[in-house]
Order: sequence, then C-alpha cells, then structure tokens
Amino acid sequence: MLKMLGEYLILLVEIFKRPDKGPVFRSRLMIEFVGLGIDSIGIVAIISIFTGAIVAIQTAYNIDSPLIPLTMVGFTTRQMMILEFSPTIISLILAGKVGSRIASEIGTMRVTEQIDALRVMGVNPANYLILPKITASMLFNPVLIIFSMVLGIWGGWMACIVTGLVTSTDFIMGLRSWFEPFTVTYAIIKTLVFAFIISSVSGYLGYNIKGGSVEVGAASTKAVVYSSILIIFFDLILTQLLLI
Amino acid sequence: MIEVKNISKTFGDNQVLKNVSTIFEKGKTNLIIGQSGSGKTVMMKSCIGLINPDEGEIVFDQRPFSRLAEKKKKDIRKDMGVLFQGGALFDSFNVEQNVMFPLNMFTTMSLEEKLDRVNFVLKRVNLENVNNLYPSEISGGMMKRVAIARAISNNPQYLFCDEPNSGLDPKTAEVIDALISEITEEYDMTTVINTHDMNSVLQIGQRISFLYKGQLWWQGDMHTILEEENPELQEFVFSTELTRRIKK
Repeated sequence: MLKMLGEYLILLVEIFKRPDKGPVFRSRLMIEFVGLGIDSIGIVAIISIFTGAIVAIQTAYNIDSPLIPLTMVGFTTRQMMILEFSPTIISLILAGKVGSRIASEIGTMRVTEQIDALRVMGVNPANYLILPKITASMLFNPVLIIFSMVLGIWGGWMACIVTGLVTSTDFIMGLRSWFEPFTVTYAIIKTLVFAFIISSVSGYLGYNIKGGSVEVGAASTKAVVYSSILIIFFDLILTQLLLI
Repeated sequence: MIEVKNISKTFGDNQVLKNVSTIFEKGKTNLIIGQSGSGKTVMMKSCIGLINPDEGEIVFDQRPFSRLAEKKKKDIRKDMGVLFQGGALFDSFNVEQNVMFPLNMFTTMSLEEKLDRVNFVLKRVNLENVNNLYPSEISGGMMKRVAIARAISNNPQYLFCDEPNSGLDPKTAEVIDALISEITEEYDMTTVINTHDMNSVLQIGQRISFLYKGQLWWQGDMHTILEEENPELQEFVFSTELTRRIKK
C-alpha cells in the first residue's frame, strides 16, 4: 500500500512537469476533451433526467402528512441533485466510464511498448499521456456536473407535471426556496477533487502495468474500484470540511 | 560509435549481464545474437536507457549516457531511432502522424516541411499512399517499415532494432534486413540489431557480438561465424535443420 502511494506520488511529480511542447499539449487536450468529456454527455444526460424524475416522484410519494407542503418536492429534488447526486453519483459513473478507458488505453500502450517508444524518443510519457487527461477531466467534469444538475431538476419537474403529483407552481416554488449558492460551490469543489482522483489514479494503474492483456483488464477493473472507493472517502471528508 | 564498457545487470538473484564490453561501429550493422535468456534484450535496453546497468557505462561518441540524469539523456535520445519488436506504433495515430511524431516533438519545421520529410522517409522504406491508414489496417511487414520510417524521420545517428524480423515471413524479413542495411550505409548511422535470426546474421552481420549466459562469448562477422569452432556458438548457429544441412 505504501509502495503504491510512493509510486503514485513519484508519478505525479513526473506528470506535473512542464510539457515538452505547448502546441502538442493543446492538441492532446482537445482530443481528451472529446474522449473524456463530450463523449460522456449522453450517459450523464440520460441518468440525470431519470434520476431527477425518480427523486421527485419518490419524494412526492413519501409526503403523507398534510402539514408538509408539496413545494418540498422541488426543494428536495434541487438539494439532492446539487449536493450529492450530480457531483458524487455522476463522478462514480464517470469513474466507471472514463477511469476504465484511461487505465486500459495507457495499459495497452505500456504492454505494446508504445510508452517505451515515447521514452526513448526523449518524451516524458507520464506528462505526455496523463497530464492532458487530468487537465481535461478537471476542466470538463464541472461542466458535466452543472449540466447534470440542470437536467436532473428539469427531469423532476417534468415528472411532476406528467404524473400530476405536484403542480408546476408548487415545484418551482420549492425549487426557489432557501437556496444557498454555496451548495453549488461545494459541488464544484467535490467534482474537481473527484475528477483528479479518477484521472490520476486510473492513469497510475494503467501506467504501471507489468504483463499483458490480462493485466490490462485487471488494471481497468482496479481503476474503477479504487477511484470509486476514494471518491466516497473524499466525499465524506469534503462534506465534513465544507458543510459542517 | 557506441562503446559498451563493462556493463553488468542483476535482477534479484539472477545476474543477466556479466561485465560485457563491446564496440558498435559507425556505418555498420552491429548484431547482438544469442539464445533466449542470454541477455540480448537487457543489453539493448541498457543501450537505449530503458534499464540502468548496475555497473559499467555506455558511451555514445564520447558522450557518457548510462550515468546521466534523465533530463540530460534527452539530448542523446534525440539522436536515437528505435525499432521495437512489435513496431510500437501509436494506435491512435495514422501512419503519417506516427512518422511525423518525432518531428512534432523536436523540430521547429513548418507543417509543409514535416509533410515533405514524412513522404520522403515513407518512400525510402518503399511505402506510398498509406499516410491515412492506421496501424490496425496495415500488415506486419508494413508496420515494421512504418516503424523504421519513424525511427529515421529525425535523422538519427544511432538506430536500434529489437528483433526486426520477429513474426515476419522469410521474404519480408529479408526485405526488412536489406532496408536496415541500406539505410545504415546511406545515413552513416551506428546500427545495433538484436536478433536470433540466422538469415539476418548471414545477410547483414557486419559486426556480430554473441552473448552466452550474460557474457560476451564471441565477436566476429558474417564471414567468420560459420567457421568458428566455439562449441556454444556452433550450437546456436547450427540449431536449425536448415543450417545443419548447409553445414553437411
């Protein structure tokens, strides 16, 4: 465990060196924006809309007491999406989608000597391969998460209108009640930390593969498992630090 | 010229290289031969800096390499071209982008100049109209030729080839050998080839170093290797039915 942590920290030092060539780094960054960010929009949109709708319906279903106003449905949907669902659950989904992609891509490059080829050409492979992924994830994941919040709340609103459980007016009134802008800041901070965890941990696991295709598969699985555990762990720590 | 001076390397309890010294001459194809496990790959990887030897030194034209810090090795690495066993072409790049890669990283050429250079080296390795194909869309022999084109695109002084013929049919292997030999002469490079293919040995072995159990056992060339009486070398050279028949 300590050995892994040491290797991870040494790799981070290599990653955060100045890129060999600015234009090459920028072109790699654009490629990663598409691969890690834009390609994830679809899954984020579908999951967010449906989860927002489910949260709204479940909240409405659980409000039995006439003393609790139905505006709580809009309020709860908003809070759930901003505080936990969008930053954490979407990050967990991205750990599965993006993390396994990063680990298997870099791992395959390792076992087919492409990383050795970069190194003997005088290129810093860690910096060339992983820095654009970390940068792209940290810049694009907050956009995805805000997109998820908006779609999730819209999904909840639509579900209320379609099912007739809550009126549009009640939902919107709840949505606008007791809003604290810091909750969005908190969600963005969490997202940045989670994006760093997903890209750097997956990059580390792919980069340090020894063996062949079996190890690439194993590293890909480990990337998802380790990233998910770290996301949940840091979720607790950040919530404690930022909200209490 | 590359000088290998008394290099040793141990992994755990296994000493893979034992005090090996040799010289790889400029303008010649220098072959490292030996059975699997004899230390060829470790020697090659030590030369290109992927493994640091425990003892000894690798010197590139009076420039000590193996003891340098990673940052300072970069200057010598820019003068190296390496052909890996599997080609090691970048999967996400097409042929043109693969060959252009060293030029993008280490030159200030304009795009037009880079394209001219890419097309020139691709033509030199007898490949045309393949610029837009991806590594998965070309044959093993073509992959090797693209890898050679990439290795020589930035005019290296040193060319390293790790098992250039592995996985190729005899005819294609001969073409690749001839190509490496011609390029070495044409660009006056120091070429080091790691192989256990006897066809290559007899075709392009201008200087041969035979490794046996991690030691430099014999040195010579393609003309002297068949007459040599060293039993370990004989066992290696005449290990195939074909060479045994030739001997008879």
